[in-house]
Amino acid sequence: MSDILFGLLMALIKAVGLVFVIILPMVSYTVYAERRVSAMIQDRLGPNRVGPFGLFQPVADAVKLLLKEDFTPKSVNTFYYWLAPACAMAPSLMALAVVPFGSSWFGQPMVVANVDIGVLWVFAVSSLGVYGIVLAGWSSNSKYPFLGGIRSSSQMISYELSLGLSVIPIFLICGTLNLPEIVKYQIENGWLISPIWLKGISFTGINFSLLASSIFSVNALVKLLLWVPLFISFIVFMVSMFAETNRLPFDLPESETELVGGYHTEYSSMKFALFFLGEYAAMITGSAVIVTLFFGAWHIPFLPTDPEKLPLFWGILLGLLHIAAFFIKVAILLFFFIWVRWTLPRFRYDQLMRLGWYFFFEIALANILLVALILAFAPR
Amino acid sequence: MAYTVARPKLSFGEKLYLPAVLAGLRITIKHLFKVLTGKTKVTMQYPEERWDTHLPEHYRGAPTLVTDEHGRERCVACQLCEFICPPRAITIKPGEIPEGDRWRKVEKFPQEFEIDMIRCIYCGLCEEVCPEQAIFLRKDYAITGLTRAEMVHDKQRLYELGGVMTGLVFKWNEKK
Repeated sequence: MSDILFGLLMALIKAVGLVFVIILPMVSYTVYAERRVSAMIQDRLGPNRVGPFGLFQPVADAVKLLLKEDFTPKSVNTFYYWLAPACAMAPSLMALAVVPFGSSWFGQPMVVANVDIGVLWVFAVSSLGVYGIVLAGWSSNSKYPFLGGIRSSSQMISYELSLGLSVIPIFLICGTLNLPEIVKYQIENGWLISPIWLKGISFTGINFSLLASSIFSVNALVKLLLWVPLFISFIVFMVSMFAETNRLPFDLPESETELVGGYHTEYSSMKFALFFLGEYAAMITGSAVIVTLFFGAWHIPFLPTDPEKLPLFWGILLGLLHIAAFFIKVAILLFFFIWVRWTLPRFRYDQLMRLGWYFFFEIALANILLVALILAFAPR
Repeated sequence: MAYTVARPKLSFGEKLYLPAVLAGLRITIKHLFKVLTGKTKVTMQYPEERWDTHLPEHYRGAPTLVTDEHGRERCVACQLCEFICPPRAITIKPGEIPEGDRWRKVEKFPQEFEIDMIRCIYCGLCEEVCPEQAIFLRKDYAITGLTRAEMVHDKQRLYELGGVMTGLVFKWNEKK
């Protein structure tokens, strides 16, 4: 009984710590990064007034958003109108529950819920995010939010498919849906995104026979062969993730040039901010999933992977290092998200649907077949 | 009559779209690094950096009144500036120079001279029309205030901003 209580308590601490200590600050600083990076891409400087380099800008933004008048238009369906922002924000945070964001720290595995349905949970919950947008669009009782809501629902449904199908090769290769297990596979066999993997190098020295065998062996050849479909998977997954999180070039639900503000046109103050934060939290969740599936999650190459086997102090340090590594990888991906946003123009709606249904769906299906064939005929 | 636009024939690489994406990403990251390394000239950081020292000679800032090299006011209250001012920002209350005064021949002087800086459009017509070269547009551009009354420049403030200007003026020369 006390074991269950202890487990619950630990999960609670981890969840609260993850959300309030890491994710929410990260969300607000992603917004700051978005503004600075977009400014620099456009030969400007961006917000640099509040604090050193404008680093306190998110605080100022939060204060501004909280103090603004929270206006509810008369024609809206109040219940759903109030429900929608929460529906937009919560799922992206919930999806993080199964993502292993660190190895272990003080003997506790750094994942809120180590469950076998891992990736399924991510897909199931993150696709709930569409309800926030649909409800917002519908309850606003206004044409632009409505169009935004409709666009978003059809977009998300189309891209969910290729999103789900594109990661099936990973499950074929790793043989599990459990995210910590997938990370373990990647530690043993190399990150899924990398075509070759050097073994035998560590900070204590180089084991040459192991190094040679990791380059010149049948296993290395199979890994190289599997890299091709995995890379295709990565591209399809990445692009679908852009569509799923409503980021440019697929930000049709809010496309401000044609739909005013899209689904959140009628929202103001903190309710608007929740949509905004939800979008960025979804980006972080998406990046976290990509990092977990393709970039070895918290794994740092050539460093020991189990803090439990080290002396206490070094173990704690390594655990922290692993958490930092995970979020640095996420930050790099977030930068990529931002970079792409300020590079590409928006897709036309029919092009978006065409890309989803005619190309990515088929590519993902063919990719599964390819991986299955390689796995069936490659020597183990 | 339908008119068909000929679509360009795309090669396989172009159809893939990804090379174009990468090319675009290269361009934007170049811009980013140029700003980071300071190669791009970015906008002036206003309150710290100002135009003040780089303003051109012909810059039209706030209109002011000037005194001549002897410290005399040049304005003779002819009211031409008041009449030509398109937004009617200038108000002059002229006074007469009494009989027997050394400068009786100048006839008038401004008792009050006010320029409403909320109305002023910095067009420079007052400067152009002034026969005595008494009103000049100086280089002050950050004219601000917390109340409307603060934004109305009275005579004293106008002379403060204007300072001394030497040049050809006939009225105050006893021989002309």
